[in-house]
Amino acid sequence: MLDLLQELGRWSLKGLQRLGRSNVFMLYVLGGIPMCVRRPRLVITQMFAVGVLSILIIFVSGLFVGMVLGLQGYNTLVDFGAEESLGVLVALSLVRELGPVVSALLFAGRAGSALTAEIGLMKATEQLSAMEMMAVDPLHRVIAPRLLAGIIAMPLLAAIFSAVGVFGGYLVGVGMLGVDDGAFWAQMQASVEIREDILNGVIKSLVFGVAVTWIAVFEGYDTLPTSEGIGRATTRTVVNSSLAVLAFDFILTALMFNK
Amino acid sequence: MISSHDPVLENALVKVRGLTFRRGERAIFDDVSLEIPRGKITAVMGPSGCGKTTLLRLIGGQLRPASGYLVVDGAEITAMSRAELMQLRKRMGMLFQSGALLTDLNVFENVAFPLREHTTLPESMIRDLVLMKLEAVGLRGARNLLPSELSGGMARRVALARAIALDPMMIMYDEPFTGQDPISMGVLVRLIKLMNDTLGLTSIVVSHDIHEALAIADYVYILSAGKVVGRGSPADLSQTDNPWVRQFVQALPDGPVHFHYPGAAFAEDLRL
Repeated sequence: MLDLLQELGRWSLKGLQRLGRSNVFMLYVLGGIPMCVRRPRLVITQMFAVGVLSILIIFVSGLFVGMVLGLQGYNTLVDFGAEESLGVLVALSLVRELGPVVSALLFAGRAGSALTAEIGLMKATEQLSAMEMMAVDPLHRVIAPRLLAGIIAMPLLAAIFSAVGVFGGYLVGVGMLGVDDGAFWAQMQASVEIREDILNGVIKSLVFGVAVTWIAVFEGYDTLPTSEGIGRATTRTVVNSSLAVLAFDFILTALMFNK
Repeated sequence: MISSHDPVLENALVKVRGLTFRRGERAIFDDVSLEIPRGKITAVMGPSGCGKTTLLRLIGGQLRPASGYLVVDGAEITAMSRAELMQLRKRMGMLFQSGALLTDLNVFENVAFPLREHTTLPESMIRDLVLMKLEAVGLRGARNLLPSELSGGMARRVALARAIALDPMMIMYDEPFTGQDPISMGVLVRLIKLMNDTLGLTSIVVSHDIHEALAIADYVYILSAGKVVGRGSPADLSQTDNPWVRQFVQALPDGPVHFHYPGAAFAEDLRL
């Protein structure tokens, strides 16, 4: 029993230490933001790596999620004769929830893991150390541009996901199942609010972007510089950032959409 | 043996006094004092795991000692702010064992990296400087290759070109000869000597390749178990009467460092 308590204590102390380290780390990284503003090229290169290269998976997933929403939504709505509202259902689900959440989960798997592995490998091959010895702060030169790129890319990816998803719902609902074209768009236009729905969705994706990228770069920087350490860090990035996304989603939804 | 009141050592670029450094419970350095003379090649040798690389990281300010002090070019490293340390590091080059080239940049950009980070020179000037440095290490023709396309010896030469990009006062070499074929070993030995003499550098070579290190060093320190166990010119060391140093310098398999890992007597272990 005492052993168990001791183990629990050690475990939570370790967790708190990591949390503290990640905060100090973040503080130093933020010191590199002025450099990113002065040299936007550094951020743009990284935006290509984390953003542009993630577009394909975001696009395809968005399309399928939208099409499934179209099918499922139609089957439920048609029982109440309300299939004209399919556009509203698809758009609201995507913009409020599925767009930010699913694209953040995909982003963690596609871009977050790559960031962790890249930074971890740079550490293991002494590239970060070499930079330090060349009087270049790796937190500013390597980490800050990647963090910023992730934070900028995430809302854009979520927006692409939602837009493509709406189109997928349209394909199934109007194209396959015969929902009225005009009603689909008109009801959507009437019910989706810019501030209430779209802005809140963008805020969500921004928060997820910060969480996922922060976890990814920290895990990479904090990794044990061995192949096993990098493997573990990459797994932790995907697991922890997925959990963080879902937890933040609950908190944000509770704050944003309670009436 | 040369005393520490020697005029050459008085004018030392790096002075280490009473340095103690611990990793966990283990003392990597225990009250170590040494001087790196200006304008010379100093070899720091010792068996693997005796903290040679740690010494370079301490001199570069990447690690902080538990006690003692390190003075580089008249400035005390342990008392420096981060900004001062960064200024000092611009005047030091370090060659890592693996080369530590940035894998996402080609050879040219790797050498240009310190120039782009620390200067606002126009592109044409950077190009000229980089080509000059690459010419010095004989790799001007390899400027468009990626680090993954280089052999180990070439990667180290590129790293050397990068280390001299900002014209430092001192270069630290971490195991420059390890794992090299005889030709690239010969090239590296010649380059280290040449760089030191033509650029007026101070070089610290950390190595356990006795033959190569003794061939180019002006002064040698031998470390073991956190202590300096031998020091002097290569000629002094070959005539030492310290049994440990003799074993190390002459690469004898048995001596004060035993061939056998400590354990019970063989006969006892076999239950005879």
